[in-house]
Amino acid sequence: MSDQAIRLEYEVPGDDFTRAGEASSSVKGVLKKLGLPSQAVRKVAIAMYEGEINMVIHGGGGKITVEITPQEVSMALEDQGPGIPNVELAMQEGWSTAPDSVRNLGFGAGMGLPNMKKYTDEMEIKSQVGVGTTVLMKVKVS
Amino acid sequence: MSTNYFHSVTLDREKCHGCINCVKRCPTEAIRVRDGKARIIKERCIDCGECIRVCPHHAKQATFDPLSILDQYEYRVALPAPALYGQFNNLDDIDLILGALQLLGFQAVFEVARAAELVSDATRRYMLREDIRRPVISSACPAVLRLIRVRFPQLLEHVLPLHAPVEVAARLAKKEAIARTGLPPEKIGVIFISPCPAKVTAVKMPLGTQKSAVDGVVAIREVYPRLISLMKQVPNTADLARAGRMGIGWGSSGGEAAAALRERYLAADGIENVIRVLEDLEDEKFYDLDFVELNACSGGCVGGVLTVENPYVAKAKLKRILKYRPVSCNHLPGQSLEEAKDLFWEEPVEYDPVMELDPDIRVAMEKLQQMQEIEGQLYGMDCGSCGAPSCRALAEDIVRGYSTQEACIYKLREEIQTIADGLRRLSAVMPRTAADQEKSEKEETP
Repeated sequence: MSDQAIRLEYEVPGDDFTRAGEASSSVKGVLKKLGLPSQAVRKVAIAMYEGEINMVIHGGGGKITVEITPQEVSMALEDQGPGIPNVELAMQEGWSTAPDSVRNLGFGAGMGLPNMKKYTDEMEIKSQVGVGTTVLMKVKVS
Repeated sequence: MSTNYFHSVTLDREKCHGCINCVKRCPTEAIRVRDGKARIIKERCIDCGECIRVCPHHAKQATFDPLSILDQYEYRVALPAPALYGQFNNLDDIDLILGALQLLGFQAVFEVARAAELVSDATRRYMLREDIRRPVISSACPAVLRLIRVRFPQLLEHVLPLHAPVEVAARLAKKEAIARTGLPPEKIGVIFISPCPAKVTAVKMPLGTQKSAVDGVVAIREVYPRLISLMKQVPNTADLARAGRMGIGWGSSGGEAAAALRERYLAADGIENVIRVLEDLEDEKFYDLDFVELNACSGGCVGGVLTVENPYVAKAKLKRILKYRPVSCNHLPGQSLEEAKDLFWEEPVEYDPVMELDPDIRVAMEKLQQMQEIEGQLYGMDCGSCGAPSCRALAEDIVRGYSTQEACIYKLREEIQTIADGLRRLSAVMPRTAADQEKSEKEETP
């Protein structure tokens, strides 16, 4: 029973802000149905939403895979975007490369990655310039 | 917590056609059509009144008390909702409405708007606390409070733990009436003149307290025609209005938030908009807000299903009346939060996990997997013919044991086709004797 897992997959379209957040919203619905503790649902929703928005703004869209077990929720966000040249720098609060067009929409405050780290129990960024970025996050259930 | 559910929405079985208008619009997926009639899943209903609004056959009805409830009490106090003031044409004097209420059979009137000003005062004091979760979400709309309770548990700690103005008004009115008349409380009837059936539920099944002080809830639309004729008889010396702009402003969307005196606020109305804002709040998409006012009805309380006037027209009329009133006429004693403590909930409002598939997460996961499998086999038309609002909801109903695959007309057709194919195949297989006969017949004909 312990290896029981639910897998969810989502395509995140690039450059379509109106659809950004659909995947995280759907995952949130599933977690509520499963009756996960509300703190865990909240963490996943916030971290995944931030990640999803990043994929749209910077990564040109991509794929999100979510795996849910009774112990934890793992998220893998993969894009084939430009990549992050300096991950450490990107993790600093307020650091942003978002263009004005994006800032005007209220995004790009440089809080995305730091927030994702704050709300997850594990986070790993694998990025290669010109190839893409994969963000792996885990939230413990209890 | 009580496991009995009372709802202010009922069904007139005669009028119900079993169509799926209400099923589709219900924000908590609480309605299913069974045996040709709409049925409410009681645990899920939040009394928002959306089904009453959309039913083309007027089969969904709001429950409220008849005016004859006045006969049950020796001394009667009317609690008019601020939304009532927005229902009349060319009205600039609230005293006419309050005077007409007295002529209708109430010995006293206590405006809910007065209590709203006290709730606003308490809100402002509460907002000064450093240890609260921001933004603070208003709790005055009973449908929104119930929605948060079943669908947005993580937001419960943002909810303003104050009684709604009508509850505060009822308590004060009763106290005043006892002091004035010396009558025992049971002989005093405190009756709310309500724009909304959810308030009936809030009185019968209150949240945040054990028992509501409101004795009865009558509909604005029922007293409205009576008031119109009685208003002409009100003497122009009547001096009854005791509420200011801040309290009366609560009658339409944005009024409560404005009275909180915070610059960074948001006011959303209409159940779909409210849900969208709650979703965004849950994902922390707003980090700059102090206060969020939410009303299930479009336009706020003036949009309640028990009102008469179009909500936006009522809002404009309410604005006109506000001009003639002072800013605020009712204040709590002192400055401290301690002095506002009577307005706070006596018990917390807790999460009601009615949407969960199972209390055991492992079982819930199994059910979810089954649900996904079933949903994958359905056609995704969301036609509603099965009586559920969507294919996903049907899949959930099947897993919960409330429905079967055959409820889907497309699946049923598929099955009939399989059977028909089988029959066709079988009909081609002839018994040996018959086949011989046919063959010999053919041989005989030229």
